[in-house]
Amino acid sequence: MWTIERILEVENLHVTFSTYGGTVRAVRGVDFYLNKGETLAIVGESGCGKSVTSNAIMRLIPNPPGKITDGRITFKGKDLTSYTEKEMRKVRGVDISMIFQDPMTALNPTLTIGTQLMEGLVEHQKVSSKEAKKKAIEMMELVGIPSPEERLKQYPHQFSGGMRQRIVIAIALICKPELLIADEPTTALDVTIQAQILELFEKIQEATDVSIILITHDLGVVAKIADRIAVMYAGKIIETGTKRDIFYKPQHPYTKGLLNSVPRLDEKGKLQPIDGTPPDLFSPPVGCPFTARCPLAMEVCDKVYPNQTELSDVHQVNCWLQDERAKKLLASTVSK
Amino acid sequence: MLQYILKRFLISMVTLWIIVTITFILMVSIPGSPFNDERASNETVQANLEAHYNLDDPYHVQYLLYLKSVATLDFGPSIKQPNQTVNDLLGRGFPISFELGIVTIIVAVISGIVLGIISALRHNGIVDYLAMGLAVLGISIPNFILATLLIQELAVNAKIFPVATWSSPMHMVLPVLALATGPMAIIARLTRSTMIEVLTQDYIKMARAKGLSPWKITIKHALRNALMPIVTIMGTLLAGILTGTFVIEQIFAIPGMGKYFVESINQRDYPVIMGTTVFYSAFLIFMLFLVDIVYGILDPRIKLHKKGGE
Repeated sequence: MWTIERILEVENLHVTFSTYGGTVRAVRGVDFYLNKGETLAIVGESGCGKSVTSNAIMRLIPNPPGKITDGRITFKGKDLTSYTEKEMRKVRGVDISMIFQDPMTALNPTLTIGTQLMEGLVEHQKVSSKEAKKKAIEMMELVGIPSPEERLKQYPHQFSGGMRQRIVIAIALICKPELLIADEPTTALDVTIQAQILELFEKIQEATDVSIILITHDLGVVAKIADRIAVMYAGKIIETGTKRDIFYKPQHPYTKGLLNSVPRLDEKGKLQPIDGTPPDLFSPPVGCPFTARCPLAMEVCDKVYPNQTELSDVHQVNCWLQDERAKKLLASTVSK
Repeated sequence: MLQYILKRFLISMVTLWIIVTITFILMVSIPGSPFNDERASNETVQANLEAHYNLDDPYHVQYLLYLKSVATLDFGPSIKQPNQTVNDLLGRGFPISFELGIVTIIVAVISGIVLGIISALRHNGIVDYLAMGLAVLGISIPNFILATLLIQELAVNAKIFPVATWSSPMHMVLPVLALATGPMAIIARLTRSTMIEVLTQDYIKMARAKGLSPWKITIKHALRNALMPIVTIMGTLLAGILTGTFVIEQIFAIPGMGKYFVESINQRDYPVIMGTTVFYSAFLIFMLFLVDIVYGILDPRIKLHKKGGE
């Protein structure tokens, strides 16, 4: 019998940034969960709040100007939003780790790879330098870096982009965290390297049973390694489901639009982009934020935000089209 | 590395040669000689004196004689104080000037960096505005004004520090303060701006994501990268402090090299002019060389001994 352990639960998360121009409501009530050993992909276009959400889990939102104004982030039964900065430091890198988008800038150019790799270990686990080195070499072998012993003494500029991202992954994993947040880990890499890094993620998950939150706008990446997908738009999650649900039975017009804007080998013809731009998060709309771009928008969409519809245990969507009345309306317009 | 040092040494020699040549041209082109002061002696005596110091030779002979003195590091006796050689004067003055300069640099660098870091960490806060206001003041006030102000307020009126001369640590405070304020202010402003920039870098966020303490992030990850521009301007600052010592030594009556340098020019004491100039130049060139070495240590991407780097 499987026992599913829920490692992370985010409820009603709100993050705002105060700027001179006003308050940006970057994340507006996000709910999701993550089971042990699972990979959740959060997808959405630039500026939809996916990175802010991941930074909020690590409590790395720069304050000021940013602030978690509401919500709970429950990690293994404990609410991270109530942690002090000092307590949070014991979580970062140990229980939850993060991988950044650009490996060219994520490593400190003035410190050796070895120093940067072992630093977290030395800080949190108080191991001897000999032991730290042994673990660092183990980690480098796991992420596939040849002749690790010599490589430890080298500096970031002596590594290629793909190798650097492997190092960044090794750094994130060295304290054996239970949750890994990967913020666009392949965006800055070229395609062949992307595939290698994704394979590395799969290998790591097999070896360590780490849970992964993958932030990306690349649906190809999602298709390869995600178990479940959360689609984010204008600071809200508008549809979640398994990979199968989202790719084969997308319900929200935005999800459908996203899928249509990906080039496919089996279909000829023009790509269909989603027209328009996301709403301004200084004053987000009261209703569904996708209304202005939605081909199926109704009068109600603009005025009231739709409730969540449970299509199955894992597939949920926030869209007025799921309402019984909308279905009747659609049926009548189609029959005319 | 050895090859690099050798190359630098040869370039330094050429630089020194240019400096010696320019100094010689300037020396012979200023009117007057060491012997025509108020107590003007008769012409025969003057001619004899000039002959004694080879000053009646054609310029190219004099020039070669000077080059020889530089090459052998023997500048001969001073014309004005014939019982002392130039090397004696340098040996007496340099340790004092060096002490003043080094203490000034240490004070300026440490206080400048600390002030800059605090400003960067509290940036746009009250501490930041206060520190940067102070820094602007420090840059704007010339050191000789500050020196006289300090003497008037802290030595003459408040009687906390001695007015002048150089004998105890208490004597050091005012000249060092006067000399260090300007460079400190420049370093503080530069440290602040580069620190603010470095603190937004991804690798700082990465260090935070590792769960490191703010102290470690600031010192180990941010400061080292922020130091690069400071090392870059160190050369200019060193030259500034060096020339600053001339003025400050005069004001505080410190018997350092600056005193001999200024006096020798006023008195056309040719061997002393040449000796102090060469010594100062060589010292500055050596310091700039050290700065470049530090550069390579701080940033591994800068390879001194390889052309173009990797």
